[in-house]
Amino acid sequence: MTATVIELDQGGPASILRIVGDITSGSEADLMAAYGLATANGASAVILDFSKLEYMNSGGIGLLVTLLVRAQRGGGRLVATGLSEHYRQIFALTRLDEAIEILDDEAAAVAATNA
Amino acid sequence: MTAPTTDPRPEERVRRDTGNWAQPVDRLSAAGVTGAKDDAVTGKRVSGPLQGFGQLWQKTFTVRLEGVDISPEAAISTWKERFPEFWPKGQRFYAPLSGIAPGEVALLEIAPVPGAPVKLSTGVLVLYADEESFTFMTPEGHTLSAWITFSARRDGDVTIAQAQALERPADPFDEIAYLLGGNRQNNRFWQATLANLATHLGVAAPTVDVQVVCIDRKRQWRYVRNLRNSASIRTVRRSLGAPFRKLTGRG
Repeated sequence: MTATVIELDQGGPASILRIVGDITSGSEADLMAAYGLATANGASAVILDFSKLEYMNSGGIGLLVTLLVRAQRGGGRLVATGLSEHYRQIFALTRLDEAIEILDDEAAAVAATNA
Repeated sequence: MTAPTTDPRPEERVRRDTGNWAQPVDRLSAAGVTGAKDDAVTGKRVSGPLQGFGQLWQKTFTVRLEGVDISPEAAISTWKERFPEFWPKGQRFYAPLSGIAPGEVALLEIAPVPGAPVKLSTGVLVLYADEESFTFMTPEGHTLSAWITFSARRDGDVTIAQAQALERPADPFDEIAYLLGGNRQNNRFWQATLANLATHLGVAAPTVDVQVVCIDRKRQWRYVRNLRNSASIRTVRRSLGAPFRKLTGRG
């Protein structure tokens, strides 16, 4: 198992969090801190880019649910992008796809959040 | 000559967890379970914490396996193999014939209150399983829309066993029952389960630590229609109709 690295890109109106490596329940502190930074400048939309995600267990998907609830509570918008077919299936299986907007790539997500 | 070592391609790395997840399924089937009186699961969809009606709670139950030389993998292996034995008395877990493995469905009979003559029939999908953890997801009709993950980890020389639930009462009826005591009863259920596991593994006087956090106080009114699948209402209806069915020879 490898560590989670979360890259933050605040170049546009939406903040982008690129998740690199593994996401498990052990990623909670890093992910929540990164989300806090991503929204600190007032960004109402956060794009989660999973294109470099290598591994996710059920603790990781649970973490995404708590992050989604946190975003909704704050009136924010969460968009997922870069999901492989495998992770799209997991989002569908867990019905996370009904609650989080999924777009193919970062460009589409940026365009959607700017619209 | 040794072949050069290269990183696997991203898609190959992605598949590291593939075998641990259930395959996508539209409707559940409990065909692989025997012994239960009632199958209230077949034909239902799964329903996780995002699809429930009530407040969202995260509950974490942990027990330190003090004085027991056991790895997290061995603890989880025992937990999976003997899962029904660790449940509190009066509650039934009908494991799938092939054991607790991704994609399998188990059936449950749960007393709504301790000692109740009527049992709720429901079940779970094994959403995820690996050597150190496994996760159940509830179907439509279950009193809770939930995931619950059972895991073990090392803390220094001691292995810690944990059950962590992310749950919302499924519908308004379940939310009221939860507020009126279901929440506390649910806590006692998992405390007893972890204590039973620890005792089985050799802990003399296990202490179960409980952390309960309300993650979302809002109720999701768009899921009020979960009532139509309610196992609680179905059970009440069946119980009320039982004398009539007996009289008419239909039950």
